[in-house]
Amino acid sequence: MSKDNDMIRALLGPAGPELTCDQCFEELDRFVELELAGGDAERAVPGMGAHLRGCPACREEHESLLALVGDS
Amino acid sequence: MGTSTVLAIDMPTELTSSQWVDALREEGPRRDDAIARLHRLLLRAARFEVGRRRTGLPHLRGESVDDLAAQSADDALVAVLAKLDDFRGESRFTTWAYKFALLEAAVRLRKLSWQGRELPLEPESWDTFSANHTSPHRDAELREWLTALRVAIDEQLTPHQREVLVAITLTGVPIDVLADRLDTTRGALYKTLHDARHKLRRCLAEQGLDIEGVAG
Repeated sequence: MSKDNDMIRALLGPAGPELTCDQCFEELDRFVELELAGGDAERAVPGMGAHLRGCPACREEHESLLALVGDS
Repeated sequence: MGTSTVLAIDMPTELTSSQWVDALREEGPRRDDAIARLHRLLLRAARFEVGRRRTGLPHLRGESVDDLAAQSADDALVAVLAKLDDFRGESRFTTWAYKFALLEAAVRLRKLSWQGRELPLEPESWDTFSANHTSPHRDAELREWLTALRVAIDEQLTPHQREVLVAITLTGVPIDVLADRLDTTRGALYKTLHDARHKLRRCLAEQGLDIEGVAG
């Protein structure tokens, strides 16, 4: 069930407006710092969370920046 | 570059964001020092990314790993210097710079992992689709969903939209690898993916299927 739902989610992508890959890259540093500071990053950068759910490559880069800056 | 050089040109050990930008905009030894420091930071980020992702590349040897990280840091340095005017100060300069190195390394790793491989397109992908997700215990709603989705993918999408959707979401082809093979850009492909998903959502909604209940 969960695997099927994951597949459907991947195929259909996020609902609602989302950033493009270029916009995501532009906002990534600010978004990550807001997340690490415990701020409402999704509200500050509308459409970012949706894009990260829909784009595997941007999601990887977000995870890496979050981990790198979080470790620093 | 040694500590004595750093002290001789009166640069603090830790730079604020504005000190970074000012030093990189100057001419002379302060800029040279800032560039050397920046390159070390970018190399650290690139190595971090390679370390995280190299499990997917078991054939990558130590020397190749170092080369890949060094090339990524070099290209990231060029990108950071070229885009310095775009830094708005909304994050720390180092966080802003890191993302360029992570991107360069991530793209290189993804391309390397698919080097020389055929991109799995429709026949294999659809086999995977049905084989992995058919179960005698699947509930009726999910079966209806998957059938409707498969029909919508076949009937509503253009061949290009179908190819992009299947490659990125079902077979795990990285978007930048696909962009290279199709001679297009990551942004253009994501727009195609986005439009395909929008068509599918609209089609399924018109059939009265509860999209948010299943995919929300």
